[in-house]
Amino acid sequence: MKESSFSIIGSSKIKNTTEKAAKWIFLFCGFIAIAAVVVITAYMIIQGTPALGKVGILEVLFGTVWAPTSADPSFGILYIILTSIIGTTLAVLIGVPIGVLAAVFLAEVAPPRLAKIVRPAIELMAGIPSVIYGLVGLLILNPLMYKLEMYIFRGSTTHQWTGGANLLCAVLVLAVMILPTVINISESALRAVPRDYKMTSLALGATRIQTIFKVLLPSAKSGIITAIVLGVGRAIGEAMAISMVAGNSVNIPFPFNSVRFLTTAMVSEMSYSSGLHREVLFTIGLVLFVFIMIINLVLSRVMKKGAQNGDN
Amino acid sequence: MKKRFLAAVLAGMMVLSMAACGSSSDETTAAAEDTTAAAEDTTAAADDTTAAEDTTAAAGDLSGTISMSGSTSMEEMVTALSEAFREANPDVQVNSEFVGSGAGIEAVTAGTVDIGNASRALTDEEKANGIVENIVAIDGIAVVVDPANEVADLTQDQLVQIYTGQVTNWSELGGSDTPIVVIGRESGSGTRSAFEELLAIEDQCAYSSELDSTGAVMARVAATPGAIGYVSLDVVDDSVKAVSLDGVEATEENIKAGTYILSRPFVMATKGEISEQSDLVQAWFAYIESDEGAAVIQEAGLILPD
Repeated sequence: MKESSFSIIGSSKIKNTTEKAAKWIFLFCGFIAIAAVVVITAYMIIQGTPALGKVGILEVLFGTVWAPTSADPSFGILYIILTSIIGTTLAVLIGVPIGVLAAVFLAEVAPPRLAKIVRPAIELMAGIPSVIYGLVGLLILNPLMYKLEMYIFRGSTTHQWTGGANLLCAVLVLAVMILPTVINISESALRAVPRDYKMTSLALGATRIQTIFKVLLPSAKSGIITAIVLGVGRAIGEAMAISMVAGNSVNIPFPFNSVRFLTTAMVSEMSYSSGLHREVLFTIGLVLFVFIMIINLVLSRVMKKGAQNGDN
Repeated sequence: MKKRFLAAVLAGMMVLSMAACGSSSDETTAAAEDTTAAAEDTTAAADDTTAAEDTTAAAGDLSGTISMSGSTSMEEMVTALSEAFREANPDVQVNSEFVGSGAGIEAVTAGTVDIGNASRALTDEEKANGIVENIVAIDGIAVVVDPANEVADLTQDQLVQIYTGQVTNWSELGGSDTPIVVIGRESGSGTRSAFEELLAIEDQCAYSSELDSTGAVMARVAATPGAIGYVSLDVVDDSVKAVSLDGVEATEENIKAGTYILSRPFVMATKGEISEQSDLVQAWFAYIESDEGAAVIQEAGLILPD
């Protein structure tokens, strides 16, 4: 209706205003995103570092006794850090092969009709809230784990019985939780491999399996690495589901021990904590934050490398 | 059209920035304990301010500060009580520190606070110093096991042995051959500190699960064969079995009679009788004894003294 006023000559003024306004809006929106990152980073550092000074950085990071409310408090989070590292690593070791092979299945092997059913199911999995994973783990995995535990440790007098709430249970739940991320991203990476590669390989006489493992997967490598790193990020940051299945006692992360992750350590004690105890909980947050920053740095480096490979 | 859109965007930004301010003042509230709640209302809308003034007038112009210090286990109850009290008397500040029962009684003896909170009965020595023991609530803890467990009674020693990890199978306690799964609360929980204090096993407990709510303990105990846990007395239901201790069942009557071992009084100690205190402190105790105060205490899972 007013298009005529947008002619180059007639409306340069209006156009200028629009352009300027748009520029400012974009700037503002960008600024909000950056401000959030800066504020969170600053807040974590401000809240998390004082306790390091008060307790001693080595004592916090390498202490093994977590007794924050005792008369002689001790704030060692080594076992908690180890639990997060080992739990996440194991979850990735289980989840990634399954996820990548499922992606190969979807992208290459599955008949289109079957893929049409499986793909939405996996997308649905990504949308299930973590508390549901926790609940299912609590009601189904925990009792199974307890049976396994009773079988393995029968007659043992030194084993501390966990009733099934242990590291292994948390690892399995996490492995399932990272599946959708790994599958979706790996599948897009596989689909992005130029069709010619596959055709050439098949034409040279390679079998389908040889083509998948020697041509397609290596070509999609950077995308699959991205999938793994995102899976690690999801696993290390998960709190709700594992707080329900891991038992939450601070122990050495052995498979059948009740363990506490970095995330659950904060969640479970924040409500009644006070003073130095609360400050140390923020320090745990800072440690987690640093971990996730490292993962993100690795991710961006991998993606940059992937982009360069694509150029070549 | 364009301008209207722009205006909408600008309005949106303003809302956003206001929301940002709101959340930052929320943090201050959390850090500074209650002080800003009233202030927030004032900034939010002028109407609220007038409303608050009206209530003040109705409540009888109480203003000033009540200071208290003491038991960390009483934090939940004290916070709930001061929130409710300040709702009725918006001009009153309730400053509470949670530093431990002993320190609280010392502070009230020295006269630095109005009320000393202690989650134990006062000693004769403390009473001799002129400190009056005002029991406002009684905390009772039930020991629960899964419903299929055959053990119905434990002695105090047995309970200590279970929680310190010296006994790991129910067969040692006259039950079936089932491993004991020791379930407790997270550090900082009032129930946990009370349980460990009353059994004198602070920091010696070997928990297999540290859960962060009473409901989670109940659910885990109900679902795990061989599990044992502790919860506030008021939440015990049919999904679990409460065991008796030294032959005494966990009931309100037994706790009031003092025969059940896992209970303790919540004392708000004053220097001299309540009637000798300032009007403000007297109003505080009157509120606690009122129906509203009693409701708050029961809400916190505690038993009212007779």
